[in-house]
Amino acid sequence: MSVKVENLTVAYRMRAGDVCPVDDVSFAVADGEIMGLAGESGCGKSTLGNSLIFMEGRMKLLGGQVVVDGQELPIADFRAMQPFRMTRVSLVPQYAMNALNPTRRISKLTTDLLRSHGVREDSVLEEMKRRLRLIGLGEDVLSKYSFELSGGMRQRVTIILSTLLNPSLLIADEVTSALDVSTQRAVGEMLMEFRDRGFVKSVIAITHDLSILAQIADTIMVMYAGRFAEKADAGTIVKAPLHPYTQMLLASLPEVGLRHDRTILTGIPGRPPSLVNPPPGCRFAPRCPFARAKCAQAPPFEQVAPGHHVACWKVSQGWAS
Amino acid sequence: MSTLRIDQVSKLFRASAGGGLTPALRGVSFDIDRGEVVTLIGESGSGKTTLGKIVLRLTPASSGKVVFEGDDISVFKGKQLREYYRHVQGVFQDPFSSYNPIYRADRVFELIRGVYFRHTGQQAWDAKIDSALQAVALNPGDVLGKFPHQLSGGQQQRLLIARALLLDVKLLIADEIISMLDASTRVDILNLLVSLKRSGLAILFVTHDLSLGHYVSDRTIILRRGAIVEMGDTVKVFSHPQHPYTRDLLAAVPELHKKWHPAEGEAAFPAGAAGGPDDDADVLRTALPARAGDGQDPGPARTDRPPQPVALEPPPLVQYEEGHFVAAAES
Repeated sequence: MSVKVENLTVAYRMRAGDVCPVDDVSFAVADGEIMGLAGESGCGKSTLGNSLIFMEGRMKLLGGQVVVDGQELPIADFRAMQPFRMTRVSLVPQYAMNALNPTRRISKLTTDLLRSHGVREDSVLEEMKRRLRLIGLGEDVLSKYSFELSGGMRQRVTIILSTLLNPSLLIADEVTSALDVSTQRAVGEMLMEFRDRGFVKSVIAITHDLSILAQIADTIMVMYAGRFAEKADAGTIVKAPLHPYTQMLLASLPEVGLRHDRTILTGIPGRPPSLVNPPPGCRFAPRCPFARAKCAQAPPFEQVAPGHHVACWKVSQGWAS
Repeated sequence: MSTLRIDQVSKLFRASAGGGLTPALRGVSFDIDRGEVVTLIGESGSGKTTLGKIVLRLTPASSGKVVFEGDDISVFKGKQLREYYRHVQGVFQDPFSSYNPIYRADRVFELIRGVYFRHTGQQAWDAKIDSALQAVALNPGDVLGKFPHQLSGGQQQRLLIARALLLDVKLLIADEIISMLDASTRVDILNLLVSLKRSGLAILFVTHDLSLGHYVSDRTIILRRGAIVEMGDTVKVFSHPQHPYTRDLLAAVPELHKKWHPAEGEAAFPAGAAGGPDDDADVLRTALPARAGDGQDPGPARTDRPPQPVALEPPPLVQYEEGHFVAAAES
């Protein structure tokens, strides 16, 4: 197991008290695995991704540990984490393509980045050129400014930068979201290719878009209001989901081929609970059509079939729909 | 008479001081009828938002005409323009920035009242708001008197649609109105558009998401680099796409139950290339046939310099079948 996260709880300090967008979650990502992390806005998926590498000042680790390649990461210690960033764990944060410094050429920006991690650029620059050519960008990108590149090109450059030192884990947060379909596809295929070539061992792909994950992910984790709802391999999540939330989320997705005059899709009524005072028990229960009295207790995140974990009383106790 | 007729509309922007003119729209023509949803699909930079802005008179066209119920909108001034906005309203992508966070969300209604309903009594006004909220399936108690941050994105977006409905709206420009919403609430807004259309509203639905466009619209227009490349009945365009660009777009849409096809019958990544001397090949190029030579041609994204100046003259449209037009291929 290349990445193992156990009982991770991360809070934001707020005036109203601590809010936990990541509440006691445990999971593992195998070598060569792309794990998709899906959920609606505010469910904690980005907080989970960020906490593995970059604890902001307002974030607080309340418990749990993260082990990568058998070594525990000091995620709560901002400075002690520095040697692990980019070498062991890398992050492509949301909107990263807008983070490229517009006053520096890509080559200068790369040099700065590498030096700040104590790496001499000449040992890596050849490899960077090779990877640029590999994804069809050409090395002349290095002499350009970020504003001379299209959004899709910038996004691919940020992914190359973050995987340059072959990290064990890449956290890719919404890397396909602001892109057009054809560029989305190029970025998605690039992630798979980088995994296949061993530029990165495992990937956590965070997105709200389940159909992208159906294309690129090996396993999909569905998160709801700070907790895990369901995890299984991508095919199972898409074809035979068990958690009512996953089922309703999938049912609300319009796919090419659906027309309003044939099929009326339905959304999920209500909205996710506030994390300041989340409902006790199952957090989806207030919106769940199958909720019963038992749902006032939190369901365990249990394995119901090999590799298929679900946190739902309906599933674990076998209630009929 | 169609509700809206767009006739040979072009728009040129000056990209930089002293630089040449960049065409954002090139000779676009189509019309929208009462009770019809027309979807405008295009990548970023294709000109779809510019067109919506021209129809809303937020920016003038460089040439061409926009005709609303028989009248050229470019000459409207003062009272006429106010009357125009009584019938034509827009809702935009980001509901979170459409509201002033300092005021209560329903202030958007009061602003309308100040302009259009100064002589409406309180009781009649309240009844109007009630029926507008009803039409967008909002419960007045849930939204009235609340601040924007107390409402969900879906509620905020519906409130803006309700605001348009307070007026005697005949044409709604919906520019990416659901792309910032969560999947579970998106479809409710789509269904709302369908029910508004059934009650006679004409809707210009601007999106980059093909599946949303297919679900909701009667006719589809595919824009590329400011020109129409394919246009027609939604079912026809999606089931027999003729233009290579439309086909590429459709092939790239991520679907839940179908994996992306390797482009052009070969694996997107040649097997066995890893680590070998040949792995400098432009492997991803096969996945992007529409943008071959990406290194030189950054494609039509918004921040790009155009690769080479595009001809202002749009490619001519040819009828492929009844109600389905395709543009000749451009270099």
